Amino acid sequence: MSEKKNLRKIFMNGILDENPTFRMVLGMCPTLAISTAVNQGIGMGLATTFVLVFSNLVISLLRNIIPEKVRIPSFVVVIATFVTIVDQLMKAFVPALSQSLGVYIPLIVVNCIIFARAESYAFKQPPMASLVDGLGMGAGFTLALILLSSVRELLGSGTLMGAQVMPASYHPMAIIIRPPGGFIMLGLLLLVVNAAVKAMQKHKASRAKEESV
Amino acid sequence: MNSLLLIIVGGVLVNNFVMSKFLGICAFLGVSKKTETALGMGMAVTFVMAIASLFTYLVQHYLLIPLHLEYMQTIAFILIIAVLVQSVEMVLKKTSRSLYLALGVYLPLITTNCAVLGVAINNTTAVEGGYNLIQSVVNGTAGALGFTLAIVAFAAIRERLEIGNMPKWMDGFPGALIGAGLMSIAFQGFSGLIH
Repeated sequence: MSEKKNLRKIFMNGILDENPTFRMVLGMCPTLAISTAVNQGIGMGLATTFVLVFSNLVISLLRNIIPEKVRIPSFVVVIATFVTIVDQLMKAFVPALSQSLGVYIPLIVVNCIIFARAESYAFKQPPMASLVDGLGMGAGFTLALILLSSVRELLGSGTLMGAQVMPASYHPMAIIIRPPGGFIMLGLLLLVVNAAVKAMQKHKASRAKEESV
Repeated sequence: MNSLLLIIVGGVLVNNFVMSKFLGICAFLGVSKKTETALGMGMAVTFVMAIASLFTYLVQHYLLIPLHLEYMQTIAFILIIAVLVQSVEMVLKKTSRSLYLALGVYLPLITTNCAVLGVAINNTTAVEGGYNLIQSVVNGTAGALGFTLAIVAFAAIRERLEIGNMPKWMDGFPGALIGAGLMSIAFQGFSGLIH
């Protein structure tokens, strides 16, 4: 029972406390580049999750075999293998999405989130926990991508998942789906998230104070 | 010659790696608190990207394509870059002490700078059949110079922000990202230069 609870905590950690995008500010290149449409955000999030889960699992399984000194090159090989798999799979089954994500799929190899989890988590923890950590981090990344890309697609093209949502009188703000919009919208989103986290901490602190009194 | 000029203008200004392709953002946000460190990072990236363009070109055209192993591109390229960065560090340490002191600390960070892998892949996909050897190296160097331009300018802006009167809730990443967004708008203005 407590084992299950523990795994749930590890999973939620990736979504809330250590959300790779909002709390750790890692993996910014794909976040900014592909968040112009929701379907791209989902595709990128799932592809990265796949790589994260399997690289975490394999690195955790090999953690007692890989010598400390060559761990970085070993991580690179493991991660690059799964990226190649995901790249080939996407080319075969979702060619249109693969085309629109373009160079950013092979670039999952250098996504700092995956390196950070391999180095700081999977190399030290047992396989099951590492797998769940990969799932949680992947989910956190995917959610952040969906959030950012929905805002950008809605304001920038007036659609969601390609379907018209905004009324016809709405003039899409093209700048939002251009590169400057990526920087600015992510900045604003981070602002909102930071404010929410601060408010939550304050709330928690005042509740703890009340209880102690 | 004309095409090389187009590649240079395109790489430095129009398709700036940071400002319009979102490559190398980690380094762009991480190492841009001071102009000197930003310049050091930019120079180290330029150095590595020029050499990486050369080596990835050779591997792509004399190893991967003849052996029909194009699908191994990602693994091959990232390994080349990792080895290259490591050897550049060792060579610099032995031969040029001053250059090593200037660039040394930035070198390990470059392996995971997506701009380097990005340009290597871009060289093979930019035009039908990929750039030729000279175009690849020029593209790598120009892209890296564009990266240097962007990171140094951004560091200068951040230095000003430090002493400026920023609202407290904009401190840190949100303010930096919005600043980068405004800078990116300026870079959009270059897009009329080539068609």
